[in-house]
Amino acid sequence: MAGQALLSARGLTRDFRGFRAVDDVDLDVASDSVHALVGPNGAGKTTLFNLLTGFLRPSGGRIELAGRDVTGLPPEQVARLGVARSFQITSLFPQLSAREHVALALQSPSGLGWRFWRSSKLMGRYTERADELLAMVGLAELAHAPSAALAYGRKRALELAIALALDPKVLLLDEPTAGMGLEDVDRTVELIGRVRQGRTVVMVEHNMSVVGRLADTVTVLQAGKVLVEGPYEQVRADERVITAYLGVADAAH
Amino acid sequence: MTNTVDTPTDASRSTPPSGLIAVARAPGWVRYALLAVGLAVAAWLPNGLYPAVAVDILCWALFAVAVDLLLGFTGLMSFGHAAFWGTSAYVTGLVAIHVGLPFPLAVLAGALAAAVLAVPIGYLAVKRTGIYFAMVTLAFAQMVYYVANEWRSVTQGENGLQGVPREMFGVDLTDDYFFYYAILPIVLLGLAAAWRIVHSPFGRVLVGIRDNPARARALGYPVHRYKLTAFVLSGFIAGLGGGLFAVGHRFVSLDVLHWTTSGKAVIVVVLGGIGTLWGGVLGAALVVRLEDWLSFSGFEAIGLVTGGIFVLVVVLFRRGIWGSVAALAHRLAARRR
Repeated sequence: MAGQALLSARGLTRDFRGFRAVDDVDLDVASDSVHALVGPNGAGKTTLFNLLTGFLRPSGGRIELAGRDVTGLPPEQVARLGVARSFQITSLFPQLSAREHVALALQSPSGLGWRFWRSSKLMGRYTERADELLAMVGLAELAHAPSAALAYGRKRALELAIALALDPKVLLLDEPTAGMGLEDVDRTVELIGRVRQGRTVVMVEHNMSVVGRLADTVTVLQAGKVLVEGPYEQVRADERVITAYLGVADAAH
Repeated sequence: MTNTVDTPTDASRSTPPSGLIAVARAPGWVRYALLAVGLAVAAWLPNGLYPAVAVDILCWALFAVAVDLLLGFTGLMSFGHAAFWGTSAYVTGLVAIHVGLPFPLAVLAGALAAAVLAVPIGYLAVKRTGIYFAMVTLAFAQMVYYVANEWRSVTQGENGLQGVPREMFGVDLTDDYFFYYAILPIVLLGLAAAWRIVHSPFGRVLVGIRDNPARARALGYPVHRYKLTAFVLSGFIAGLGGGLFAVGHRFVSLDVLHWTTSGKAVIVVVLGGIGTLWGGVLGAALVVRLEDWLSFSGFEAIGLVTGGIFVLVVVLFRRGIWGSVAALAHRLAARRR
């Protein structure tokens, strides 16, 4: 299942005014795999995400996408190269409808967005594909709803539809099931299982049952460093992980 | 400067800036009716007002729409748009005086000069947001003001640029009444351009950037370049207004570059309604008319009245005149349904 490393990091480090949030992290995300990043709060998972997507510049180290050095590229260029992300805290355009969100994502690589002298009706060319993607995430009936009016779980689904609209090589999902009820969690897991076909997925996830169901490889972070990395069963059984994270999580659930 | 770019924590703010609240678009027939009324009023205006005042309203309408393009549709508050209005006024005046081009071409030259000036200013300003963006634009506008003040051999400094001709292929336009109708098509073209920009694929991206820049970047949109493009387009439209203003007054004073001119443009937009486009036109008409009326009735403290109205609108009608009326109409229509 796992092929060559599509996305990799070497010695990745990020300091925030003396605090080292990500500390010398090596990461290899194999092509066509689902790679989970887990760890207690403050372990540096989201910072690592922001580094991988260009939202933060590394203080040190190097990031490669399919062998190409992408260290320090701005987020829009990383996105153009095929890395799409969702945000931990739902991040949408409150005034746009669900369909407009997806259309905006579909339009992005085309250059149509620069045409200030053309009618916005031209974006109608994306309606069909947008509706397909919305149907895929279970939002077919809500295409016209402004995103601000969507319930929380629906917003998360819309996040996913937008990311998929970019047809990314690598999909980075920041806590895709955070704050969801059991039913929504199941639906999201099933959805990610479907969209991972032909794609590489990196996800930050707290819910260990979700990780167990989806992930091929799990990297456990603690205090900004890689603690353990390996297949889920192996990581789960690891002493260090149990003390650092899983033990706490199991006790909590 | 930190090397952090719009971090996703910023993106979690789901409320758009400047208190904007979406108002659903009116049905088609309402919009066409409003357009017809607007055109009728524009065609009648110099018959009901002093033609010189009507000319000023047209110029300020362009200026307001240019500012709203940034403030309302890109989420950038420029506090230095006098730089573009004024630069175009001077360039238009100089071209009309020294080259003797027909005034529409002189105005075009002025507007292009404003757009060119908007490139470096915008390039540096769009890297900032909020109050810092406003400060950068203000600082550059002040620089332009001082340059114009010191460069007396060209601008005549405090004396102002006198005798800007209203030449257009030998047609006599000295009467403000006829001049109004000569510039009306240019102004309508400028307003139509602004409308097109807002309702273009580009305009959609701008709104996305306004509401959630981090998300727009994650979608692959180069946010700075979009903002810069909007800034330059806005500079051009403001320049169109400023150039016509110079020809309209046949005189360019340093006032066109003064920071109070930038402030007045913002006030006009806020009064009319941020992010409504036509609200700016309405605001321009009201402010210009009111100032003229107050100055003719010998009232000294004009700023006190316009400032007072401004405060009232900001406190009581955050959506401005156009925005409040649109919201009210929408609510009434919804109740009837």
